[in-house]
Amino acid sequence: MEIIRPGINIDLIGKMKIAAAASLLVVIISILSLILHGGPNLGIDFAGGTLVQIKFSQETSADRIRDSLKTIDLGNSVIQRFGYHDNNEFLIKTEKSSSALKGLSNKIEEALNSSYSNGDFEIRRVEVVGPKVGKDLREKGMLAMLYAVIGILIYVTWRFELRYAVGAVIALLHDVLITVGIFSLLGKEFTLPIIAALLTIIGYSLNDTIVVFDRIRENIKGTRKQPLKDIVNSSINQVMSRTVLTSFTTLLVVLALFIFGGAVIHDFAFALLIGILIGTYSSIFIASPTILVWESVIPSKEKRGK
Amino acid sequence: MSDKNIKVRGIATLVIVAIALFFLIPSVTQKLPSVWKDHTDKIHLGLDLQGGMHLVMEVETEKAVESAMERISNDLKETLMEERVRFKHLDREGGAVVTLELPDKESRTRFEKILKNDFPNLDIKSSETTNGIEKVYLKIKDKQVASIEKFALEQSLETIRNRVDEFGVSEPEIIPQGKDRILIQLPGIKDPQRAINLIGKTALLEFKMLDEEHSVDEALRGDVPSGDIIAYGYKVGSETGQRTKIPYLLKRKTLLTGESLEDARVSISNRFGESYVSLKFDSQGARDFERITAQNVKKRLAIVLDGVVHSAPVIQERISGGNAQITGNFTMDEAHDLAIVLRAGALPAPVRILEQRTVGPSLGQDSIDKGILSIIVGSILVILFMVMYYNLSGIVADIALSLNIILILGALAAFKATLTLPGIAGIVLTIGMAVDANVLIFERIREELRLGKSPRAAIAGGFSKALLTIVDANVTTLIAALVLFQFGTGPIKGFAVTLSIGIICSMFTAIFVTRIIYDYFVWDRNIKRVSI
Repeated sequence: MEIIRPGINIDLIGKMKIAAAASLLVVIISILSLILHGGPNLGIDFAGGTLVQIKFSQETSADRIRDSLKTIDLGNSVIQRFGYHDNNEFLIKTEKSSSALKGLSNKIEEALNSSYSNGDFEIRRVEVVGPKVGKDLREKGMLAMLYAVIGILIYVTWRFELRYAVGAVIALLHDVLITVGIFSLLGKEFTLPIIAALLTIIGYSLNDTIVVFDRIRENIKGTRKQPLKDIVNSSINQVMSRTVLTSFTTLLVVLALFIFGGAVIHDFAFALLIGILIGTYSSIFIASPTILVWESVIPSKEKRGK
Repeated sequence: MSDKNIKVRGIATLVIVAIALFFLIPSVTQKLPSVWKDHTDKIHLGLDLQGGMHLVMEVETEKAVESAMERISNDLKETLMEERVRFKHLDREGGAVVTLELPDKESRTRFEKILKNDFPNLDIKSSETTNGIEKVYLKIKDKQVASIEKFALEQSLETIRNRVDEFGVSEPEIIPQGKDRILIQLPGIKDPQRAINLIGKTALLEFKMLDEEHSVDEALRGDVPSGDIIAYGYKVGSETGQRTKIPYLLKRKTLLTGESLEDARVSISNRFGESYVSLKFDSQGARDFERITAQNVKKRLAIVLDGVVHSAPVIQERISGGNAQITGNFTMDEAHDLAIVLRAGALPAPVRILEQRTVGPSLGQDSIDKGILSIIVGSILVILFMVMYYNLSGIVADIALSLNIILILGALAAFKATLTLPGIAGIVLTIGMAVDANVLIFERIREELRLGKSPRAAIAGGFSKALLTIVDANVTTLIAALVLFQFGTGPIKGFAVTLSIGIICSMFTAIFVTRIIYDYFVWDRNIKRVSI
């Protein structure tokens, strides 16, 4: 069985400008969305706050829950359904995490007891993150991304050349920015697992990019006459089949995780889903063309035919 | 490549798989000989899967420094008085700074001499002279502050460990984090709030005399007699159940603290069936208690816990034997926990909760079920797809994939790594990415075949050309995973662990194991066609 014909030779580099324009547009939309929303929508892991997950045995509504909790001062709070509709699970999130909320889950339990009968609900998860820890995690998260990018830059420069490393890193930033932008557009929250997802996307997108680079390097060694542009184009075509296949199998499993993995991990799987799609696209349309752009600005010493 | 070589590689693979199974099987079934069970462990589940509580607490070490300063300044005051050095207004100015005023040069010289000889831990921070009166600011030496803070963290750690041990939690994890934080993991805890109360209580027990010569009401109006403090107690109405706050006027001086306790037990009073905590002092404490009660017969002694007055009984007579009790409307659980904290001792400084994450056992089980379902569905999809796409070679890849899953789980058990929900996601992701190495190899083999090479040459070429690509591509992912491991806490770390192990295992199975299978079928057989 074959999905991609052998000997395929699409003029991908010719479509480079269109791709670059499209990417730029999406990146700008992402940045605009982030600016308009005042930065990413931080979950309690980073902003600090309290989260309580409650499962009810019978159908209920966010309004009814809010009503029965009105005796407690929850501050600025959100009550929302969590997971699938028939699950009857709800999240209560508040910005407060101070000692004023000490024992919040107990207070919630007591308040709910007065309007639901005992045993009709179960507090399944409580998370309280103080502002100090939130700030720490925010800084650590940013640093982790930075270290990952630096580590990758060094490794790729060592194994290939600087221009490849630059291409890889631009592609990574592109992927992360767009994933963050889509999260912002959809109003999804940034939590610790999402940072993990972003780092995985970095790893995955790079994996894809390296495979293309590897082929380019191999082909450059083989021929001296061909223009770099043609070599890059045919290299991408040669590994196209593998790129599509691997993305497909990875998408299959992430889709399984997205559908069956449960609500707790839903957003994490969603981030991976977007990241894999964009990572595949960027290794073809962003990483490799960057090498060409770099070459036209700073030509390498080897002379090639035009 | 010889036939023997294949055998050696085959045996090596079997040994590795056998080792993985040896570690993995105890997680699947418990019906095993005890020799086996004793040397292995089940895969350790994270708190998000088995349920439990994750706490990060901050020890307010600056409070420990402040109370050290309080003690030192009391000593200083007494010493200065004994030595008849003239001074005024020796006070602790918020925080850990003490000020005092010296009326003339002579007192200043004598004061400095005493400071140098008897209080080596104090430094003069600054001083100012107005109208001949010298005002001196004292602080504890930086080195000493650092050691007080370090000691406060160590002692808090020790005390919390004791409390948790007595509370009875299986496999708790209590470790210091940074300069002033303590990470506490309590698996399977049923009543998180109770555990928090138990761990977080400072439990500073103090015995102070009531000041019965002055009126509480006047003190409340702002006229607190010097050497006195106001503290509150609570009274619960027996019928209404309402809590009322009662003010007490106490002498500032603490006569005895919880440090003098030898034991604390829960008891139930015969008359009302109320729970109370009976205390037993150590020998020095018992002597002190006897002296205090003898000196203060018919006066009221307040028992103060963390600044709250629990009771203030009238001392009827001298009490020898070193027994006392704390009463005050406890539930059985509260009395039980109070006895634990008193036995374990007070925390040297208050602690504050910075982070708390609790997962109930039912959610944990849900996550395990859903995680396993995702792994099964993901694996089946990938396995079917590989066979569809690569025929027999797909089966080779599938064998590698199955071995890969066994190796990952075996490695998790062997290294006692913790499996978390994101960790399960890591396994699922690895399944998708593990076949990548095989896809790379297979696509290469197909290319070589298209060039008209013989099956054997095509396979050899495919493997050798794909090898570097696979290593490069995986190392970069590994870099991201390692960074994640450094950054992550709990669940995230679990993800980094499974991802890293998965990447390494998948390289092994895809490059090493599949090669053996190919070599076995291609070697010594005149194969015309590769099913790929």
